[in-house]
Amino acid sequence: MKLLSRLYIALIILFLYAPVAVMILFSFNASSSVWVFSGFSSRWYAGLSSNTAMLNALQHTLLIALLSAMISTVLGTAASVGIEALQKRLTNKIVMSVTQIPMMNADIVTGISLMLLFIFFGKLLGLRESLGFATVLIAHITFNLPYVILSVIPRLRQTDAHLSEAALDLGCTPPQAFFKVILPSISTGIVTGFIMAFTLSLDDFVISYFTCGYYQTLPIIIYNMTKKSVKPDTYALSTIIFVAVFVLLVLYNVLQTRSEKKHAAAVFKANEGDTVLMKGNEA
Amino acid sequence: MNKKSFGSRLIAAPYLVWSAIFIVVPLIIMFYFALTDQNGVFTLANLASLGLYKKAFGISILYAAVATVITLLLAYPMAYFMTRLSISSQRMLFMIVMIPMWMNFLIRTYSWITILANTGLINTFLTKLGLKPLQLINTPGAVILGMVYDFIPYMILPIYSVMSKLDKSLLEAAEDLGSDSFGKLRRVILPLTKPGVISGITMVFVPSVSTFYISQKLGGNKTMLIGDAIEYLFNLGPSYYNVASALSLVLMLMILVCLFIMNRFTDDEGGGVLM
Repeated sequence: MKLLSRLYIALIILFLYAPVAVMILFSFNASSSVWVFSGFSSRWYAGLSSNTAMLNALQHTLLIALLSAMISTVLGTAASVGIEALQKRLTNKIVMSVTQIPMMNADIVTGISLMLLFIFFGKLLGLRESLGFATVLIAHITFNLPYVILSVIPRLRQTDAHLSEAALDLGCTPPQAFFKVILPSISTGIVTGFIMAFTLSLDDFVISYFTCGYYQTLPIIIYNMTKKSVKPDTYALSTIIFVAVFVLLVLYNVLQTRSEKKHAAAVFKANEGDTVLMKGNEA
Repeated sequence: MNKKSFGSRLIAAPYLVWSAIFIVVPLIIMFYFALTDQNGVFTLANLASLGLYKKAFGISILYAAVATVITLLLAYPMAYFMTRLSISSQRMLFMIVMIPMWMNFLIRTYSWITILANTGLINTFLTKLGLKPLQLINTPGAVILGMVYDFIPYMILPIYSVMSKLDKSLLEAAEDLGSDSFGKLRRVILPLTKPGVISGITMVFVPSVSTFYISQKLGGNKTMLIGDAIEYLFNLGPSYYNVASALSLVLMLMILVCLFIMNRFTDDEGGGVLM
């Protein structure tokens, strides 16, 4: 049974990583084919540094991801606190339902509805080109917000409401109570929300496709490339991104495990102290 | 006290304005486009013309449903086996499952062409063995494979998170009360992991039914899914926005109906289990 389950896990991993392996292998192809492997070469990696369209797109993608994640984290955290304070259940329910629309809706519908909005307003304002940097940013903030809110609200619910009341009783102003008491206790939710927002934005293709105009992000460039014929340089770029993400995640994981171990050790020591105290009492 | 909660409610105001303008209004504009002609005159002609896309709707739902079922069948045992490993291996596997999601899905889909093409890796291997090459690319199977591949992490991860929080003592109790492995699975694990399964199904079905990239790359030009039709119409230019909006509207309503039916179905089941 154990062997069987290990085998099953291995097969799923093989399935998940087969295309990734293919991509990495062909990024080192000596010829420009992504079909026939004709020997190792790193020339596609060298060529990347002179591919300005791709580098520009990479810059656009990182800028949009960072800005949209930051803005949606701030807006979303504030919104979560406000939504939790809504006492009327009906209003709360309506707000939460609207919040979930971008998550539940198909990306293509979200993208198209936003595109129509931007074109509509662009016409009203008499703009020649209504799609660009601002519209991609707005679109990304919009689809990031629900993920931030849904990772912050559970944390808020876990926070003891008496804590902030205690802070107020002890002379904090409401903003002080928020920044000193509530914010630290929901910080993990905020960080999770930010990371989710950043990665979703980094990877988004469908919504950007309909809202970007000439402001091309990396997924858009890749899409245009796969419409013609893909050369190993696209694979080389993806491999670099893959390795970067891989290293970041491993690092994050190692750090987390280490801090947990420290935490566990501290708890253990504290418990030991308790036992000693208890023994002392018994004696 | 009242003042305080008013203040906290007020800080939600920017978000409320944002979601009104960028979530609600765009959908209203989409409705407007769907129900008017190019000159802004009310018409049902857009909706009436959607009969042309009956086939696209049919195969979109069929492919997405098949892909969702296959994904569930593959993901459930994976999540189950994962929870039986040590904590550190669980965490590593969680990462391993998640990492491909961080890669561009266009590239992940495109790499399958290298594997499945007529002169691709599988067929090269088959010819070397002296076997006949198979037609793998540009088939419905390839499209469904692409959907399963692209979205399987969205099925594994929610099921795994629910399953890993499952109270082990419940399983012991079931064992003590005479359940065998199958009984434990059917009466304890399956009902309790239903929330994970539901969110997994949603997260796989919705992107599958509305995709427009996977089918173009892996299905050739033979299969037109509903997402392809929408993209195609929008690319034809502003004079097609009305029909394309009508199509998007119907897609959205269709997904809503599917989700609603699923929720109803599972609510009943949940009640049954509780009783």
